[in-house]
Amino acid sequence: MEREKLLCLDEAAAKIRCLSLEAVFNAESGHPGGSLSIAEIIAYLYFERMNVDPSNPEMPDRDRFVLSKGHTCPALYAALAMRGFFPEEEIKTVRRLGSRLQGHPDMHKVPGVDMSTGSLGHGISAACGMAVKAKRSCDRYKVFAIIGDGETQEGQVWEAAMFAAHYKLNNLITFLDFNHLQIDGDVREVMNPTPLDEKFAAFGWYVQNIDGHSIEEIDSAVKNADKSDKPSVIICTTVKGKGVSYMENNADWHGKAPNKDDHEVAFLELKAAHERAREACKNG
Amino acid sequence: MGSIIINDKNSKRVATRVAYGNALADLGGKYNFFVMDADLSGSTQTAIFGKKYPERFVNCGIAEGNMMSVAAGIAASGVPVFASSFAMFACGRAFEQIRNSIAYPGLNVKICATHAGVTVGEDGATHQFCEDIALMRAVPNMTVINPADATEAALAVEAILQHYGPVYMRLGRFAVPVVFDKDNYKFEVGKGVVLADGGDVAIFASGIMNAAALEARETLAAEGIDAAVINIHTIKPIDKEIIIKYAEKTKRIVTAEEHTVIGGLGSAVADVTSEHCPTRMARVGVEDEFGLSGKAAELLDYFCLNAAGIVAKVKSLM
Repeated sequence: MEREKLLCLDEAAAKIRCLSLEAVFNAESGHPGGSLSIAEIIAYLYFERMNVDPSNPEMPDRDRFVLSKGHTCPALYAALAMRGFFPEEEIKTVRRLGSRLQGHPDMHKVPGVDMSTGSLGHGISAACGMAVKAKRSCDRYKVFAIIGDGETQEGQVWEAAMFAAHYKLNNLITFLDFNHLQIDGDVREVMNPTPLDEKFAAFGWYVQNIDGHSIEEIDSAVKNADKSDKPSVIICTTVKGKGVSYMENNADWHGKAPNKDDHEVAFLELKAAHERAREACKNG
Repeated sequence: MGSIIINDKNSKRVATRVAYGNALADLGGKYNFFVMDADLSGSTQTAIFGKKYPERFVNCGIAEGNMMSVAAGIAASGVPVFASSFAMFACGRAFEQIRNSIAYPGLNVKICATHAGVTVGEDGATHQFCEDIALMRAVPNMTVINPADATEAALAVEAILQHYGPVYMRLGRFAVPVVFDKDNYKFEVGKGVVLADGGDVAIFASGIMNAAALEARETLAAEGIDAAVINIHTIKPIDKEIIIKYAEKTKRIVTAEEHTVIGGLGSAVADVTSEHCPTRMARVGVEDEFGLSGKAAELLDYFCLNAAGIVAKVKSLM
């Protein structure tokens, strides 16, 4: 991938972080940690890879995306707004009564959302359904999904893993946001799901381990996955709360909104990072 | 037009699951839909479709939760899906997947659950699900259908395919009498069917209890009690009009279902009458208890899910 493109995708990720913070702050609730950790993955999908059309969100041959860890929808809403599926202003209404931007994504309320999610484990199965339908109908679209590391404690994830391998769903590319934290603490202390790579490999998946904040690594992993004859999982090592000093690697920020003072600090940090990324994108 | 009811004591017996399986295979050429199962395709009869249309049949293995969410994903891609397992596992085990992945997004998935109720028989309580209608009825967006016999089950398959959105359809393992004449019977989602008129009591029956209700009506007639029998095949949305009409006409109601008396047809009818026309009623059903092993016919008698049980409840109101 060319350097200019890389830098501009970094900028998109930085802006996704800014908007995610605004969503959670205005809602006075929500999940900042896991929204910040998936910003690069979401930026890559919506600004580089996926064939989607904001003026025709229901386009039949569009690529599909399922946010199986639906609680981190602020990042998804940010990308959809930036792509023009709905006005960016609306991000401030997330989780408010009357807003179409629900606390967990609703496929009928929000243009561009392909599946309603929120209950962990469901989304990966639904993504399998979209992929098996495409295989059986010779549809060319690809299905992308993001699951959480804590989410793999749900047995349904492994039912879906077995299903995807059995039906050779190589049109399904799943990102695993390995940020190491869940609400109650370190995933390895709450209920150790590791080794995740060996488990997925044993289930018959094509497994890659990458730095989930590196657009370059995401890009090459997705291109490798395109050539696989198996379903793909890209295990993305990430930092929960990435970009906000006091949220990074801190499980306390899994599911709570910053107060006014905390928000000010986070806002300034993310804004500064976004401005640096914007300059870098502009200057190539 | 002839009678909708086959008046033949020796009419053949067919399980509603068999009618379902055959209907899927028959309709597969006319409509585009997928069929899913969770390793019970021989029992649920979806294997008939699976053999005929393997490219549209997806076996999920013993993983009902995954099956429901996969079904949601297929439906979200624009194709209706029939998803089958035993009632206990389809809507018992996978309740939350049905609720969140199918009903909340209003996706076009038809959950057709076989082996409902005590007529599962020998397998016993772990497999005899009598709470399914109560669960499914409480879920927004869900339509709940309980066919009476093979004729109604076959007609319902096509009707629910033409009815966009989530549907729960309850089917049985046990071969039950074919009550309706397929040449004359019409099935419309949400419409109760008057099988016999009457002025003294209204028996609202659902599913396989319709045959018992018609039998009870004859016994009651011999004792001078004139009972109406109304088939409520759609528990949700329930036909309020017909319930209010017969409640006002007869002033006495008996409901009959092969389901717990908590939350099923009896409760649904009481929901209507208690708000619109409070009416004395008695319920025939499973009385807040688990099933047990035995032959299906023996179990129906054990739980008084028969004509004698209905007659007794009618008399308690007279």
